[in-house]
Amino acid sequence: MSGIRLYLRYVGVSMRSQMQYRASFVMLVLGNIVTNGIEIIGIAVLFSRFRSLGVWRFEEVAFLYGIVNVAFAIAEGAGRGFDMFSRTVRTGDFDRMLLRPRGTALQVGASEMQLMRLGRLLQGLVVLVWAAGALGIEWTAPRLVLVAFAIAGGACLFIGLFVAQATLSFWTTETLELLNILTYGGTETAQYPLSIYRGWFRRFFTFVVPLACISYFPALAILGREGPGLGATWFGWVAPAIGVLFLVATLRLWRFGVRHYRSTGS
Amino acid sequence: MRPYRAMLSARFRLLLQYRAAAIAGFGTQLFWGLIRVMIFTAFYRSTTAPVPMSLEETVTYVWLGQALLLLMPWNWDGEIAQAIRTGNVAYELVRPADLYWLWFARGVAMRTAPALLRAVPMFVMAVAFLGMGLPPTWGAAAAFAVSIAATVLLSAAITTLLVISLFWTISGDGIVRLVAGAVMLFSGLIVPLPLFPDWAQPVLNALPFRGIGDVPFRLYMGHIPAAEAPRLVAQQLAWTAAIVLVGRFALDRARRRLVVQGG
Repeated sequence: MSGIRLYLRYVGVSMRSQMQYRASFVMLVLGNIVTNGIEIIGIAVLFSRFRSLGVWRFEEVAFLYGIVNVAFAIAEGAGRGFDMFSRTVRTGDFDRMLLRPRGTALQVGASEMQLMRLGRLLQGLVVLVWAAGALGIEWTAPRLVLVAFAIAGGACLFIGLFVAQATLSFWTTETLELLNILTYGGTETAQYPLSIYRGWFRRFFTFVVPLACISYFPALAILGREGPGLGATWFGWVAPAIGVLFLVATLRLWRFGVRHYRSTGS
Repeated sequence: MRPYRAMLSARFRLLLQYRAAAIAGFGTQLFWGLIRVMIFTAFYRSTTAPVPMSLEETVTYVWLGQALLLLMPWNWDGEIAQAIRTGNVAYELVRPADLYWLWFARGVAMRTAPALLRAVPMFVMAVAFLGMGLPPTWGAAAAFAVSIAATVLLSAAITTLLVISLFWTISGDGIVRLVAGAVMLFSGLIVPLPLFPDWAQPVLNALPFRGIGDVPFRLYMGHIPAAEAPRLVAQQLAWTAAIVLVGRFALDRARRRLVVQGG
């Protein structure tokens, strides 16, 4: 069985088990929508009070919000196993995975697919579609492709962050909650245009954790708002590839971690 | 009163043990606060219209929210939740004390101990380096102290009600998320309440969630004069009493229809 089919099989099993508790599932999705929905309400409140954020209008910030949240929801759904990985190490369950004749990254990634993340996905999509309509720009095929590319690159980037977090737990056996500032804090950051932040912060989210490459720079290209340096339109078109490269790099790190794994022995 | 005080102090001391989690949480919230401050600063820069709260006040409000985040009723007591799910809650029922107040005492400990570990370093850091202000007068400081005490009671009452709701829903993670969402938005944690549209203010003022964040925060910085404090604290306590009554009623009903599976 090929890797992708095996992955889909895993996801199918996980989905069926979660659908056994239908009422609970509906409540969880609703809860997930509310938890994420308050963020966009907060943004709307701020815009109704302040009218604009520099040169940015509400629709434009909502567009950023949509891209980032859809990307993050996909990553959360697909990479949750990495997020919970420290438990797998602590309980010794990872030993079993090593025995199976399949890649470890695939097994861990597929081990826990959370359907309630549909909440964030749905809510992000609604905001994205609304904003795309309200922006008043012409949706040519290349632009649509760039949006899809940005979302895909963003999902890769966030999965990469989860993988990096999981890799560290080979050594620490505990989740480094501090890394949540990059995943959850990163989503929060990337909902707003990068230009509003301070210099060191902008550089961090461009060069160290390249979040700006999957939201801010592509958005500049789509909105036809060329800036200096990396704000150039051509860069916006290629920038999401950096998210994919980030995932590739963290998967190499993962393989390095697996080689140095020592079972907790329990 | 003794058993409740014993429960409170035992849980309080236990919860103070989680220092590693406190450090990680501290870093997370520091980062979070920094993002929020940068966002608000950018918004303030791009307007010339009068805003009902100055940037300095908003920055102080944000850091107060981060320092006292764990005081907010955004989750329930995992051990009670577990007991209700497994049926071990039967042991809780046979204790020779009033179950509601036992759980309420646990709630108070759960809200204060982690919050204290978090609040002290955050407060020092934010005042020293991050632009957080101090109360302008002793009166404001005193009003804040009284109001935050009422906040603890209100927050514990909501926490207890959340866990009691589990008798009906069993896997009620959804409810917690709904309540947590309302708490975050309507207490001013996402956006300070004075920045909400004017038409929303009467609604926000009437809701109980305001007493969890906005009221003590604004008393602290004198945005609400200390003379208003008695009325606002009375409102906090009235909401606390109402939520306690609902909680007791719900617990009574739950006990009458509760069937604990044997085993």
